[in-house]
Amino acid sequence: MKLERRAAMAALLAGRGDDLLVVPGLGSTTWDAAAAGDNNLNFYLWGAMGGAAMIGLGLALAQPKRKVAVITGDGEMLMGLGSLATVGIQQPRNLAIIVFDNGVYGETGMQPSHTQSGADLLGVARACGIRTCIDVHDEAALADLAQRLKKLDELLFARVQIAAEEPPRVLPLRDGVAIKQRFRAALGVKP
Amino acid sequence: MNAQNNNAQENNWPDRLFDTLKRGGIRQVGYVPDAGHSRLIDRCRADDEIRDVVLTTEEEGVALAAGAWLGGERAALLMQSSGVGNCINMFSLSRTCRFPLLMFITMRGEWEEFNPWQVPMGSLVEPVLTLCEADVYRVRTPDEVAIAAERAVQQAFGNERIAAVILSQQLIGKKVWTK
Repeated sequence: MKLERRAAMAALLAGRGDDLLVVPGLGSTTWDAAAAGDNNLNFYLWGAMGGAAMIGLGLALAQPKRKVAVITGDGEMLMGLGSLATVGIQQPRNLAIIVFDNGVYGETGMQPSHTQSGADLLGVARACGIRTCIDVHDEAALADLAQRLKKLDELLFARVQIAAEEPPRVLPLRDGVAIKQRFRAALGVKP
Repeated sequence: MNAQNNNAQENNWPDRLFDTLKRGGIRQVGYVPDAGHSRLIDRCRADDEIRDVVLTTEEEGVALAAGAWLGGERAALLMQSSGVGNCINMFSLSRTCRFPLLMFITMRGEWEEFNPWQVPMGSLVEPVLTLCEADVYRVRTPDEVAIAAERAVQQAFGNERIAAVILSQQLIGKKVWTK
């Protein structure tokens, strides 16, 4: 069974506190995060493909008392597979890397991605030393992941199996400086 | 200055780079292992206040530094000249959002280079960085290291810029190929 991506994002972010920092990957996951409700503690990506997990790592190391959720697509994760090895060495307990896997490059015309032909992101994450790797394929597993996110205290990787569909775009703030400044201000970081 | 002091100064420039990182409040150091940076990497790994992050490719470090700054910490990125090529698209992140990016780049392919495969990217480092709107501080002698590094720290974090200290191959010395 494949989950619907907007509902999946909404379920993961419902009732989030101000201790959850969210880094959505460029393209669809950024639109999903915006659709779930704009938030100053979302660092929307419109580019930097392959960089989402590493932005999450730098943020998680800098803010050990908060929880960081990188929520990205399979294509974006595939471009930064090496970062899973890097994250596996650092083992931050406050970082969750969640991949919305639909097996296609949705933004560019639904071309098949490597995950459709056997590339196993959960297997890669596990082999990189991420001990908690979760396959989310139904509502119950999604609800469990949402709970884990609320009390996150371990490095976690999850693959969320979503349907290949393209809901209407919901575009968030696009000015990178503005997205950065409001995020830092919401965190209370000194200018 | 006598010959012995001169020698000491020539060899301890990585320690002066490390001192600059500490004075600058750097808390995360990303690096791809590199012979020219080996002493500085060792110093960072041994320091309790610095989180050393070994990377699989240099562009990871550009994203790491952005995440660190989002969370209120300062990061630095150590790499060899070939790594600059790996970073080009990820520099978009630093440029679009004006994230500070402090880089220390050891040069290959420009001075007594034995390996011709190092030459193409070596020759592109400065033009590429300039095209990417980085501020470039080229260092050729040991006595220039500390002042260039201080300036780069100021420029990166004070003005939210990409600042790159380029450590010339004549400073680092040639790689020994046969032992």
